[in-house]
Amino acid sequence: MTKFIDIKGVKHAYRTKNGPLPVLDGLDIEVPEGTFCAVVGPSGCGKSTLTRLVSGLMKPDAGAVVLAGEEVASPRKTVGMAFQNPVMLEWRTILQNVMLPLEIVAPGMAKAQAEGRAAHLLEMVGLKGFEHKKPSELSGGMRQRASLCRALVHKPQVLIMDEPFGALDNFTREDLWQTMRDLRAAEPFTCVLITHDLRESVFLGDQVVVLSGRPARTQYVLDVDLPADRKIDILYEPKAVDMLHLLRDQIRMAQGRDGDMH
Amino acid sequence: METAQKILVPLMAILIFLGLWEALVWINGWPDYKMASPSDLPPAFIKYKALFISGGWETSWRTVAGLVLAVIFGTGLGMIMGFSKIARAGLYPLLVGFNAIPKATLVPVIALVFIGQYDFNTVLMAFLISFFPIAVSVGIGLSTLEPEYRDILAALGASKFTIFRKIALPKTLPEFFGALKVSVTLAFIGTNLVEIVSPHGRGLGALFLSGQTNSDYPLMFAVLIALAALGIVLYYAVVALERIFAGWAERSPG
Repeated sequence: MTKFIDIKGVKHAYRTKNGPLPVLDGLDIEVPEGTFCAVVGPSGCGKSTLTRLVSGLMKPDAGAVVLAGEEVASPRKTVGMAFQNPVMLEWRTILQNVMLPLEIVAPGMAKAQAEGRAAHLLEMVGLKGFEHKKPSELSGGMRQRASLCRALVHKPQVLIMDEPFGALDNFTREDLWQTMRDLRAAEPFTCVLITHDLRESVFLGDQVVVLSGRPARTQYVLDVDLPADRKIDILYEPKAVDMLHLLRDQIRMAQGRDGDMH
Repeated sequence: METAQKILVPLMAILIFLGLWEALVWINGWPDYKMASPSDLPPAFIKYKALFISGGWETSWRTVAGLVLAVIFGTGLGMIMGFSKIARAGLYPLLVGFNAIPKATLVPVIALVFIGQYDFNTVLMAFLISFFPIAVSVGIGLSTLEPEYRDILAALGASKFTIFRKIALPKTLPEFFGALKVSVTLAFIGTNLVEIVSPHGRGLGALFLSGQTNSDYPLMFAVLIALAALGIVLYYAVVALERIFAGWAERSPG
């Protein structure tokens, strides 16, 4: 399979008062087209920096981020982003919020067509009937669903998510995992998910990349060979439980603790 | 019922206020050169009706003109301070210092610099006194915009101007209107300051001054009431604009 996203030897440091603070040092990630890559690692290890590099909001100091054969130097219209904080423009309705990227990516698109596309996505994530509500009338989970629709409305080739389900309660989170799975089944796209939830990474990912502590490098890559149409129950099967244990050990190592300690 | 309450309650409050004022004057037996009572005012209004109308118009248009300039300049300055840290660091102390100068001291300065330019001077004063809150709140509104808001569009390659127009500008509107409510009253004060202090003033301020010169105390009080009424009208005009352009920021109760 082709490497759709290819992150090669990426190094990056932030300039601070006390000199450069390296956050990424030797990061290698390969994501084949149409697959789902979950990235986990200790907190503060530079995971969010990774999303900004892949989306082109930032350029790495060294190494390269290649997307569909082209080096990423600036933001591109073929990328969708969802953040932990599902910011919504309070002065717009949910439907208008979801349509926002189309105004940038396809300014010439007929309004009816754009509305149809946005409404279709909202229906898919279970927000039918909320199109004309204001964001303040929705719960956190519903706002995050709308935020996913906004990230996907322009049919991006790549969806980048930075801990999008982190602030939600467990049941809502599991609901959204399944929504995510259904969205991908309906319209395939390549996905990079930053998360600190190992269950989430195994349930959604085709591969799980474990980053080391700061400065982060690729420490371990786990191939999740579970069927595509997973149900939440799969997380309780021995195969998945083994993977979770393995990832847990890798995270301990990344945190600088002994991997065999239980 | 609710609309009736919205109108009746403030109306009752005004009537009670006028009643207490009248009673205060009557009980103390004050003559009208000490303090005019509300019942002295209608005759003053009727007697000088033409002057009130022309004076009210003069005061209003100069206030609004000054405020419009303050909105344009204040928003521009706020944008510069909101987007550039260096500009913020450089301009802030200057602005605070300028704002601290009592504006009454500027009236003779302006009158000397732009001698005889009465309209210009008055509008200038209304502007000078009222742009500060707008500049500060627009600046703070823009500089505290959460990065996620910017990134929604920046990640798609949208230009800075598009991000400003679609996100930063509407997001800052509630702060802007909050400042405008303060500024409209300040501009009004600025106009009246020039009308009263400058030797050949016009408008309601000048009418107040002529009441003082002629010891026409009911006229002076009538002008004060007219100024209060005009101030209320200007303030609620801003509130109406806020409802139209930033009504989304108001949370519905419950």
